[in-house]
Amino acid sequence: MQTVFSIAIDALAYGMVLFVISIGLSVTMGLMRVVNLAHGAFAMIGGYLASYAARDLGLGYAIATLIAVIGTIIIAIPIERFLYRRIYGAPELTQVLMTIGITFCIIGIANFLFGPTLKTIPLPQTLQGSADLGFRSIATHRIFAILCGLVVAGALWFFIERTAFGIKLRAAVDNAAMAAALGVRTEVVYAVSFAVAVGLAALGGVVGAELLPVEPYYALRYMVTFLVVVAVGGAGSIPGALIACLLLGAIDTTGRYLAPEYGEFFFYLAVILIVTIFPRGLAGRLK
Amino acid sequence: MKRLVAAAIAAAVLSSAAYADTIKVGVVGPFSGPFALQGKNFKAGIDAYFAINGNKVGDDEIEVIYRDVPQADPAQSKALAQELVVREGVQYLAGFYFTPDAMAATPLLEQANVPMVIMNAATSAIVTASPYVVRTSFTTWQTSSPIAKVAKDGGVTKVISVVSDYGPGIDAENAFKTAFEKEGGTVVEAIRMPLSTNDFSPIMQRVRDSGAEAIFAFLPSGPTTLGFVKAFNENGLKGAGIKFFGPGDFTQESDLPALGDAGLGLQTTFHYSVSHDSPENKTFVEAAAKAIGNPAELSFPSVGAFDGMYVISKMIEATGGEQDAEKAVEAVKGLSWTSPRGPVTIDPESRHITQNIYLREVVKDADGKYINKEVQTFEKQGDPGLAFVKK
Repeated sequence: MQTVFSIAIDALAYGMVLFVISIGLSVTMGLMRVVNLAHGAFAMIGGYLASYAARDLGLGYAIATLIAVIGTIIIAIPIERFLYRRIYGAPELTQVLMTIGITFCIIGIANFLFGPTLKTIPLPQTLQGSADLGFRSIATHRIFAILCGLVVAGALWFFIERTAFGIKLRAAVDNAAMAAALGVRTEVVYAVSFAVAVGLAALGGVVGAELLPVEPYYALRYMVTFLVVVAVGGAGSIPGALIACLLLGAIDTTGRYLAPEYGEFFFYLAVILIVTIFPRGLAGRLK
Repeated sequence: MKRLVAAAIAAAVLSSAAYADTIKVGVVGPFSGPFALQGKNFKAGIDAYFAINGNKVGDDEIEVIYRDVPQADPAQSKALAQELVVREGVQYLAGFYFTPDAMAATPLLEQANVPMVIMNAATSAIVTASPYVVRTSFTTWQTSSPIAKVAKDGGVTKVISVVSDYGPGIDAENAFKTAFEKEGGTVVEAIRMPLSTNDFSPIMQRVRDSGAEAIFAFLPSGPTTLGFVKAFNENGLKGAGIKFFGPGDFTQESDLPALGDAGLGLQTTFHYSVSHDSPENKTFVEAAAKAIGNPAELSFPSVGAFDGMYVISKMIEATGGEQDAEKAVEAVKGLSWTSPRGPVTIDPESRHITQNIYLREVVKDADGKYINKEVQTFEKQGDPGLAFVKK
């Protein structure tokens, strides 16, 4: 019984970390209809900025996270203005080629600037070490990651479903021309959503850094995992992404405990089954 | 006609004898991509050799030509090795970070009359692939076996083995198991996990459930080792007194700053630590650190490359700069010298390097830098994996 609880907790923690990192991609792919393969690259930029701020400048964890999120958004603004704006509404292949190209450029620049070695983000005293749950101990930063995931999910849901901006965003996604005719400045709406998505990527890069350490190939290494979460959850759906992360986290963690030699077999088997039964993901929006 | 041939031969003989030659050495390694750091270390070791010893052997000058294979890619490695031999006319092939890359190039050696000096690839079987292969690095068997004795001496009898599911990982598992059972211990469970594993918490749970007193682990150097060690600490295994053993790939010097305090106290066995205390190593580290630029990036492949160049220079000396692979390899069989890592010998039978394996512990030195401090020496270790290959 203890073991079952233990696995459940690991699964929850892993799923929430996945959620924080992948939700930004769900926003760009589902709401903005851009296949953004550079999502991991933005998460990596966030990780590097936080690492630089906390390790080399000696700033606190909270400030470093803030710098990472804002810094990544500032870096992303010209990229959005000059590159992404051209591919809104373009065929998927064009988007894939453009964003994978951006990814490779960012990998090269990161390698040049920060070198090929691993970078860590020092945790504050309160997040270090582990908390005792009675039957086992769990790293404190994992609890922090779970909370971050819940906060992000709630805030994003409120932002998209309950604010005026969310309404404009959904209108612009469904019919850009009509929304524009009604006075919605779609360019601004897209730019803001893109900034939010990139900011979430950066946050995920920082919060998930303990599990997925920051190094130049981060952007490519975990790309498939992010895409799988979006595909299973249904692009653009926050509850869908949350359920997908928890489900995949549970399957992956249990599989790794019971039969590690099968590798990611169970993970991908589950992906295949879910996508076969729900081609648009667990909570995908119909076109 | 006869006279013409005689003249031609005379001219050929004269020209090779009278003029100093440039001897080309082709080095294949990962110089870009995720493993660029290891390739950089190859280059640093070679540059350090030239900085200390010069690039001349007698009248002949050594010229190194680099070819990049970013990730393990046997087909590309073979194509590049062929190009080096045919187009560039190299007399020696060297480098090779990954085993499949080295294996793919071995069929060329005999036909091309070219010896191969392996500066890293660590699977035992490579030296059996061709009589012209000489290795100056280590094998996973060689570095993983001594830790079994360390575990036994520490009073541990039940160990769980956890390795990445790929060639060297399985080598490490077999090496440890063989050596540990010889010492009278038992491996209670052997887990192989996929290379792409990021979250090690479930593995740690299994380690805890297995009731083992210690864990033997092997993962390739790089991002995953960090996650593994952290998971070990944070899931309370370190606190529960479970000991951690592994070969030194875990604590390569360039990963230590990222591991930080989480790495303190880790015991690993390996053939080289950058902090090895000897005059030879001091000279080497000084030159290699200069060559690589950032001393924190210096790691074990550099010493394999450094000694590889030493072996090649001895080969050139023995052949007088002529292309004669058999004579070259024959000349270095049984060759002994003092490497930056300590006393070494090329075993005449296997052509693999016999060397000291050190038990090291990660500590903070006086400057607050994390180092692998050598605490015990296992002298003159050969490659126990070779017996396994022949069986």
